[in-house]
Amino acid sequence: MRTESALPAAASRTSAGPAAHERSGEVIGSMPAIAIEGLDKWYGEFQVLKKINLNVAKGEKIVVCGPSGSGKSTLIRCINRLEEHQKGRITVNGVELTDNLKHIDQIRSDVGMVFQHFNLFPHLTVLENCTLAPIWVRKQSKSQAESTAMRYLERVRIVEQARKYPGQLSGGQQQRVAIARALCMNPSIMLFDEPTSALDPEMVKEVLDTMISLAREGMTMLCVTHEMGFARAVADRVIFMDKGEIVETNTPQEFFDNPQSERSRQFLSQILDR
Amino acid sequence: MSATFAPQSRASMAASTLRWMRENLFSSPFNTVLTLLCGGFLVWALPPAIDWLFINAVWGRKPVEACEAVRGQGACWAVVAEKFRFMMFGTYPYEQQWRPAIVIVILVSLLVVSGLKRFWNRRLFVFWTVGIALAYWLMAGGLGLMPVRTGQWGGLPVTLILAIFGIAFAFPLGILLALGRRSKLPIIRSLSVIYIEVVRGVPLITVLFMASVMLALFLPVGWQIDQLLRAQVAIILFVAAYLAEAVRGGLQAVPKGQYEAAEALGLSYWQSVRLVTLPQALKISIPPVVNSFISLFKDTSLVVIIAIYDFAYAVKKSVEADFVWKKYFIEALLFSILIYWIFCFAMSKYSQWLEKDLARGHAR
Repeated sequence: MRTESALPAAASRTSAGPAAHERSGEVIGSMPAIAIEGLDKWYGEFQVLKKINLNVAKGEKIVVCGPSGSGKSTLIRCINRLEEHQKGRITVNGVELTDNLKHIDQIRSDVGMVFQHFNLFPHLTVLENCTLAPIWVRKQSKSQAESTAMRYLERVRIVEQARKYPGQLSGGQQQRVAIARALCMNPSIMLFDEPTSALDPEMVKEVLDTMISLAREGMTMLCVTHEMGFARAVADRVIFMDKGEIVETNTPQEFFDNPQSERSRQFLSQILDR
Repeated sequence: MSATFAPQSRASMAASTLRWMRENLFSSPFNTVLTLLCGGFLVWALPPAIDWLFINAVWGRKPVEACEAVRGQGACWAVVAEKFRFMMFGTYPYEQQWRPAIVIVILVSLLVVSGLKRFWNRRLFVFWTVGIALAYWLMAGGLGLMPVRTGQWGGLPVTLILAIFGIAFAFPLGILLALGRRSKLPIIRSLSVIYIEVVRGVPLITVLFMASVMLALFLPVGWQIDQLLRAQVAIILFVAAYLAEAVRGGLQAVPKGQYEAAEALGLSYWQSVRLVTLPQALKISIPPVVNSFISLFKDTSLVVIIAIYDFAYAVKKSVEADFVWKKYFIEALLFSILIYWIFCFAMSKYSQWLEKDLARGHAR
């Protein structure tokens, strides 16, 4: 028999649709992983982000898509302060992102990021890439960091390349190493910035498979991508951005089959044409 | 089988040599003319040069008459043997010259050790501290050794001290200035820019004059800073500005994504500089950095204008002051050229090796 107290929690999770999330920052006891309120950002005169509101619950997977220049990459780069915002609040796991360096460090060590161009360190081996931050930021011992790294490299099925340099690997392998490198810091949130768009087509699947298995394990993920297969497989919500605004928030099913706004329809018809 | 194989391969070797010559030396009429002209020049110039330099030359410690006998036909290397001690050590007290001799060994060892990757850690710092202390003690004396004023120092040790300590201190300073010039903090950035642009805009000679003459005017009465130390500091400050630009070029060539990845992993500024961006930047900057090192090595000979007697000056003085040997000035000069060339060529070769070694494995 289920207890009554389990009910509201379960209810709030199942109803994690767009409506519930507009105000979920206020819900007591379910602090969102990421809470963004009234976010504005300018590059000089040009406003890249306009009044962005977004809450991401723990364990939620969100796919962000939109035409190039719509601000989607800028949005996720604001979350770990690779970009500074000018107005509004970003709170990650209850810590607000301000100029306070301590907060920035705390958030960065809790948020993993995977880049379009992998950004592996070319002068370090795959293993050294993975152990660098755990050793210097988390102050782990070398052996401890290495055993963690080997475990994650095994998970992304690349452990036999641990002693090679990134330049000796294919793009898909490099991106999987980049995922392992981020995971070695044991983050609670992962940001993906177009992780497959720099890859040759035959390598996209191996990276997406890795991301899907990560999603199934309950990682909170915010992913800028146009991979609809991925969105359908794991996303709880799809966010469509255009001209610095969130135009539509929807379930993947609804977004792809029955988009609400004119702009989303246009965008979808363009990417489907390819 | 092998008996038939050997002549065949010799024949094919000759054929491939011919092919190489055809492809590289006689590939076009213009190239053929160039090849013949160069060949002709070598046939005309090389035998007499070899005769003069080696075959007819007077080697070893011989009286000046031996040189007179072959004058015009052979080089008089006897002048180098005759004046060797003065060329090497200048006016350093004669019986004490074993001390600068050891200093030369110490300084060259420091240079070699610094070039070995396995010492690129804290040990290097220890080596340098000990090396500097030891070199200073041997040169200056005290603690049981006869004191020798820096005014009496001279010759190759002075050149090596100025060049090697110049490199050792200017390089880190140059890195800091390069980082400063790219800093987000406006004050640090402006100070670095002003420093670099001012220093690069003036000749080394004026900096040396400043250090030697002008500094005394600014210092309180009674303050004295050693002349050699002033020259050393002037050289360090001068070269650092050039190195800063060389390193900055490397830092700019490191992709932005590297900085972002380091930031995203939570590395602090200094961690990401030390572990991620600087190693990559320095690798890129090797050619211009070594270029600066080589010019620094040769520019040390300018200190003679503020009355510091380095190797070049000691060589000049050694023959100039001697009426008998004076006419063999060319040979003495060639000897000093050879010594400078050995050091500079070694640095150049080392940098080429290092570039290749670092490129191994992690080519993109």
